[in-house]
Amino acid sequence: MNLIELIKQPWPWYVAGPLIGLTVPALLILGNKSFGISSSLRHVCAACMPANIPFFKYDWKKELWNLFFVAGILVGGFIAAHFLANPEPMVVHPDLVADLAKYGITDYSNLVPMQLMNWEALTTPRGFVMMVVGGFLVGFGTRYAGGCTSGHAIMGLSTLQWPSLVATICFMIGGFTMVNVILPYILSL
Amino acid sequence: MCVNESHIEHKWYDNLKYMVVGIMFGIVFVKAEIVSWFRIQEMFKLQSFHMYGVIGSAVMVGVISIWLIKKFKIKTIEGEEITFHPKTFNKGQIIGGLLFGLGWGITGACPGPLFAQIGTGATAIIVTLLSAIAGTWVYGFFREKLPH
Repeated sequence: MNLIELIKQPWPWYVAGPLIGLTVPALLILGNKSFGISSSLRHVCAACMPANIPFFKYDWKKELWNLFFVAGILVGGFIAAHFLANPEPMVVHPDLVADLAKYGITDYSNLVPMQLMNWEALTTPRGFVMMVVGGFLVGFGTRYAGGCTSGHAIMGLSTLQWPSLVATICFMIGGFTMVNVILPYILSL
Repeated sequence: MCVNESHIEHKWYDNLKYMVVGIMFGIVFVKAEIVSWFRIQEMFKLQSFHMYGVIGSAVMVGVISIWLIKKFKIKTIEGEEITFHPKTFNKGQIIGGLLFGLGWGITGACPGPLFAQIGTGATAIIVTLLSAIAGTWVYGFFREKLPH
């Protein structure tokens, strides 16, 4: 197996995790920047619709680096999907496959479940909750919590901040509750 | 005037280095399937170790890196001292954290993966991202009235 073929395989956690961890010192050494992604959503608000809200009245241009960073993530996603793509469908736990089949979800060709999240689905109750309500909770919740998985779970825990540990535990509680208790109802909509 | 303009020029150019880090980060996100809705479902159903391994090893590398930076007083490439911003606790980390967790379970994505998913060509996720921006705006609007 040559190198390109190897790269095209799904990467195991022990390769991906350390590479993500290295983002923390990379950003610090490149320019004293704390790793965090959800702040980019705030900067977009500050740049596009500050509406005289104190929370959005700051010099967002000083935080421009963060928008370049997330633009890079988008470009990285494009490169990985178009030049380094794994041709095989995703391998998913058989119990999950059986479970999702009950809701008609059978397409594993994409990382995003195309049967749940697409433009047509947007007008259905299920698609609306999945994309619009879900997205709203992500944006509202991360800002209320003062960070997301990158800012709290990775940067915060790396600097041994106990409020970040509290936030991370709450992220997990919310996720477990949604997936195991609430999501079955949403998928049945 | 001219000095100011060249200063802005330099700053703009300077930000490209963060874009390069972002690109590498985005590639890892997609190749390790972290941006996959299915992997997030597996994590919250305890069907796979993958996501726990990713987050756990990322934090370990982060902790060691920060420790090394502090121990050897490593400076930035421009010779600036590296500073850290302690986080203060408030109720937001609990309430907001739980709300984000619920959203994470639905969308299968944190803010970073949303950008990567759009990059892979899942264009409908633009709606999720816009909704996340709207959520951030609504938080800002009601911030003073929310418990912290």
